[in-house]
Amino acid sequence: MSEINNKNTSGIEKDKFFAPENEKRTVTAPDGQIIEIDPLNDYFCGDAPRVHKPHKNKLFESFLNWARAESIWVLGFGTGCGSIELYPLLTPRFDAYRFGIQMAPTPRQSSLMIISGYLSVKTLKRVVRSYEQMQNPKFVMGLGSCTINGGMYWDSYNTINRLDYYLPVDTYIAGCMPRPEALLAGFNHLKKAIKEGKGEGANKYAENFEWYKANQKKIIKDWNMPDYNW
Amino acid sequence: MGVFTKIPYVLLGLFILINYGLLVTGIFRRISARIGKRIGMPVYQPWINLVKLYAKRSSVYHGIMFYLGPVFRLGGGVGIFLFMPLIFGSEYFSNFSFAGDLILIMYFMFFGMLGMALGAGEGGHPYSAIGISRGLAQFTAIELPLTFAIIAIAIQYQTLSLTEIVAAQQGGITHWVLFTNPFATAAGMLSFLGAMGASPFNVVRAPQEIPIGPPVEFNSGFLAVLRTNAALLHIVEAILWMNLFFGGATNWIELFIKSFCVYFFALFVGTVFPRFRVDQSIRWYLKVPLILGILAILYIKFI
Repeated sequence: MSEINNKNTSGIEKDKFFAPENEKRTVTAPDGQIIEIDPLNDYFCGDAPRVHKPHKNKLFESFLNWARAESIWVLGFGTGCGSIELYPLLTPRFDAYRFGIQMAPTPRQSSLMIISGYLSVKTLKRVVRSYEQMQNPKFVMGLGSCTINGGMYWDSYNTINRLDYYLPVDTYIAGCMPRPEALLAGFNHLKKAIKEGKGEGANKYAENFEWYKANQKKIIKDWNMPDYNW
Repeated sequence: MGVFTKIPYVLLGLFILINYGLLVTGIFRRISARIGKRIGMPVYQPWINLVKLYAKRSSVYHGIMFYLGPVFRLGGGVGIFLFMPLIFGSEYFSNFSFAGDLILIMYFMFFGMLGMALGAGEGGHPYSAIGISRGLAQFTAIELPLTFAIIAIAIQYQTLSLTEIVAAQQGGITHWVLFTNPFATAAGMLSFLGAMGASPFNVVRAPQEIPIGPPVEFNSGFLAVLRTNAALLHIVEAILWMNLFFGGATNWIELFIKSFCVYFFALFVGTVFPRFRVDQSIRWYLKVPLILGILAILYIKFI
């Protein structure tokens, strides 16, 4: 395991952004034992993502896909102004619970990540970390024009223009801002795609891992983390 | 009936109760949605959630105790189920009830929480640690009035066997502990609110505060096991309280109706009252329910 870790984290170059708590250090434990701590290797698993193939039996897989589509847990992570359009979904007026859509508080348990609106470079780093902590199969939805071509932030110096350079996107919802009705329509579109077996974004990410990483590293200057965050 | 011939019936009872628990969870969510003027998720949503979680293709673990945490939690739920009579007078669905089963069941109620504490602790998330310390602290406070209520019942009927306690309550509604010892019932039902973790006392999972608490790091199959256990544990606890205070059940229909009513006592209290802070909830349990528990013993001893 340590070999894998070293291989994956050795690419991290120390730069001026390197956080002091991530430095290697030796610590004396209360019982006098001296322990070496290397946060980047100890706290993260450096394994690269694997492709998890769908079940061979097509009928069984379509049943599982139906369950995945009818039980979408959305990660409560608002990245831009669009997150204000997410909350009305939980109110009596729109009530997304009817369609099996729930909010999940942690990336470990959620299956859908909504990039709601503009995505600044600083947030992209957190988005990548959160996305990689989610479990396969996982889906990404781009909300608003900003995720498609930059929208009104097209020539901004600190937002990204095209989301699918950095993450595999399953559905886009155009508009600035799209109303909650548009979001519900987007959910239905996503459900249809999952039921047809097209929701394989996590496998796509694993297959083209190096391409996505190169794109991400091109724009995130202060990388300072392992290549893959479990 | 021998022990080995009993096993298929025990498994059948377990299957029925897990599905009934999931159904009740769905109805629970539906009713609380209606109270909030929403339509709410379909009643069959808990089953879909379970299929989805079990069907996740990858999962992350943090060590051996992380694996064992959900197993211990499920073991706690199944343990309560195994030693509790479901249907009074039925040879098939009295499970492995024996002379001192009440003590063992009270042990199993704590056992699951301790196992979960070890597992969630290894996950390493700060919210897990906060949730666990809150949960153990609150459950200690809950157990005091509950234990007093159970001691009162044990003194009243001179037994620690659930089957005998249920047998003593047969013969009409006035024979229930609800009427023969109202103080014990009051203390027991107030501690039931905490044991269910419904709204005024949901300090462990505390939405908007420490989002979902101890299970925060559990994913995929681990979470599915925890969800299965939650469905089983809540309904089994409702049946335990039904056996203790409301005369048990002599057939499945009676069991479903009575445990449904006991279960929904927690829901209706929960939708009216907002969440306590952890210090408030512990202090509250050490006041009114504890006094009620002591009164229950005095009542049965001197009146």
